[in-house]
Amino acid sequence: MPAFAIKADRDQLVIDRLTAAFTGDVFAHERLYDVLCFTVKKETVHAVLHLLRDELDFNFLTSLCGMHHPGQELELGVVYHLHSMRNGHRIRLKTYTTLKEAEIPTATDLWPAANWMERETWDFYGIKFTGHPNLKRILNMEDFPAFPMRKDYPLEDPTRHDKDDSMFGR
Amino acid sequence: MSEVERPDYWQRDVVVGADLRELTTLNLGPTHPATHGIFQNVLTLDGEIILGAEQTIGYIHRAFEKICERRPFYQIPTLTDRMNYCSAPINNMGWHMAVEKLCGIQLPKRVEYLRVIAMELARITDHVICNTIISQDAGATTPFLYMYQWRERIYEIYEEICGARLTTNMGRVGGFERNFSDLAWQRIRAILKEMPAGLKEFEKMLVRNRIFMDRTINCGGFPADRALAYGFTGPNLRACGVDYDVRVADPYSSYEDFEFIIPVGQNGDVYDRFMVRQQEMWESLSIIRQAVEKLDKIPDKTTFTADVPEWVLPPKEEVYNQMEALIYHFKLVMGESAVPVGEIYHCVEGGNGELGFYIVSDGGRTPFRVHFRRPCFIYYQAYPEMIKGSMLSDAILTMSSMNVIAGELDS
Repeated sequence: MPAFAIKADRDQLVIDRLTAAFTGDVFAHERLYDVLCFTVKKETVHAVLHLLRDELDFNFLTSLCGMHHPGQELELGVVYHLHSMRNGHRIRLKTYTTLKEAEIPTATDLWPAANWMERETWDFYGIKFTGHPNLKRILNMEDFPAFPMRKDYPLEDPTRHDKDDSMFGR
Repeated sequence: MSEVERPDYWQRDVVVGADLRELTTLNLGPTHPATHGIFQNVLTLDGEIILGAEQTIGYIHRAFEKICERRPFYQIPTLTDRMNYCSAPINNMGWHMAVEKLCGIQLPKRVEYLRVIAMELARITDHVICNTIISQDAGATTPFLYMYQWRERIYEIYEEICGARLTTNMGRVGGFERNFSDLAWQRIRAILKEMPAGLKEFEKMLVRNRIFMDRTINCGGFPADRALAYGFTGPNLRACGVDYDVRVADPYSSYEDFEFIIPVGQNGDVYDRFMVRQQEMWESLSIIRQAVEKLDKIPDKTTFTADVPEWVLPPKEEVYNQMEALIYHFKLVMGESAVPVGEIYHCVEGGNGELGFYIVSDGGRTPFRVHFRRPCFIYYQAYPEMIKGSMLSDAILTMSSMNVIAGELDS
C-alpha cells in the first residue's frame, strides 16, 4: 500500500475517534499541506491530548508554541505538534483563548517535555498554563515588562519611521 | 532497556535540615569553561553527590522568532545559522526546504544530492565537536586537538562552497547560490579519502580505552521511556535505544535514495552517546561517498538551482541587460517573492536532534509566525533528572555529551 494511503487511513481514524469521543465540543479539522490539523476548545484540550496519547499512540510531543491573532475574538492560541513514532504519523492541534482569560490547562502531566515549552509560551505570549509546576519566565529576564511575541509589541524602536512596512505596498 | 545503576542517594528528597547531612549550594556556570556555552546550574550537593539542580537559561536570547516576523523569507537563513552554529548548513537547508515546501518548489535531484553532501559534512563537524569535547572533559586533550583538524578541513569546504566558515548562510531557497567549484570537489574527495584514517586514530585513542570506558559507561544514563517523554531526539534518543531518525522516518532531500544504518545504543549513557555519534560519522562519510557517486552518474554538472526565477538571484550581467532578470532581481531583493497563505511544519535531522520549522504565512512579505523547534531547548530540561545522584564530575561529562548548544537553546 502506498504510504499516502496509509496516512489517509490514519488521519481518518483520528478524525473518527475524536469526533466520536467529543461530539459537539469538537472542532474544525482540515488538512494543511500534509498534516491533519484540529482546532479544539480549550476546556477539552487536555482530555483530547490525553486520548491522543493513550489511545491513538501519539507518544511524542514534538513542539508546543503560542500564537497571536490580533483582532479576533479568540486572540491567543497554542499549537501542539504531536507525533506517533510507531505509525510515522504527525498531527497538529490548536486551541484558542481570549486575551482576558488567557489560561489553558497544562500538558506537563502528560509529557514532561511540555514544561519548558509552556514556560516559553508564557514568557512570550502571556498564556497561563493552569496546573504548571513552575510557570515563570524562561528566556527573558524575570522583571521584563511585556509579552514580547504579541503582535502589538514593537520589534524596533517605535520612534523610527524609516522602516515602515507600508512602503512596500502590503 | 536495562536500568542504569545509581547510588541510593538519588531517591532521597532534598529537605534541608531534615537530616544531619550538610548540603552545599554550588553555582556551576554561567561561564564555566566546562559548560561550553552559557548555562547556569545551581547545584545542591551532599559532598560530591548531586541532589538537585536549578537551571537558568536565556543568557544569549536574541528574539529570533520575533525578528523573523519582520524579515522577508530569504533573509531568515542568517538567523538560523546562529542557532546551532556547530552545524549551520543543516539549519540553513532546513529553512530553505521549509520555504520550498510552503511554496511547492521541487528541486532537481542534483541539487538535492548537493544539499545532502553539505548537510552530512555539517553533521560530521557537529559530532566531531561534541565527541572531542567529551574526551576533553574526560581528561584527554590529545584526541581533541587531533580531531579538530578535520573540522578545519570541512570548514575549508564550506569556504569553497559559500565563502563563510561558521555562520555559513549556505544555499538559497530553490538551491544554492553558486555551483560547487572544482576546488570544493577536490576537498570533498580528499576528506572522503583521508578522514577514515583520522577517525580510526581517534577511535583507537578512546573507544576501547579502559580509562575512558570506566569514566563514561553508566555515567549520565537515561532510560528510553523518560527520554521520549522529555522530547529527546537525535543521537541522545538513539543512544537510549530508540531508532528514530528524521532522515528515515520522514525523508527529505532524497535521503530515501541512500543506504545507511541508524546506530542505536542501549543504556543511553555518555559512552553510548559517544559511540552513536562516532558511528554516525562513518555513516555520514558513506552517505557523502554515495552522493558523490550518484552525482558522477548524472550527466548534468551545471544545475545548482531549481527553475524558480522568483527565488534565485539572476547573474549580475543579466540584470543589466535583460528585463526579466532585472524584475526578478528587484522582486527578490525587496522581499516581494510571492509566498502562498498556509502553514507547514518541516523537520530535518539536525546535529543534535529533530530541528523543526513551523511557519505560518499570511501571504505577506514576511512570515506571520515562525517557530523553531530547537532540539536542545527541549531535551536540556531533563538535565537535573539525569544528573541527580551522580558525582559533580559526571554532571560535567553528561552535559558535554548531551550536545547542548547555547545559541540553539536560547534562540
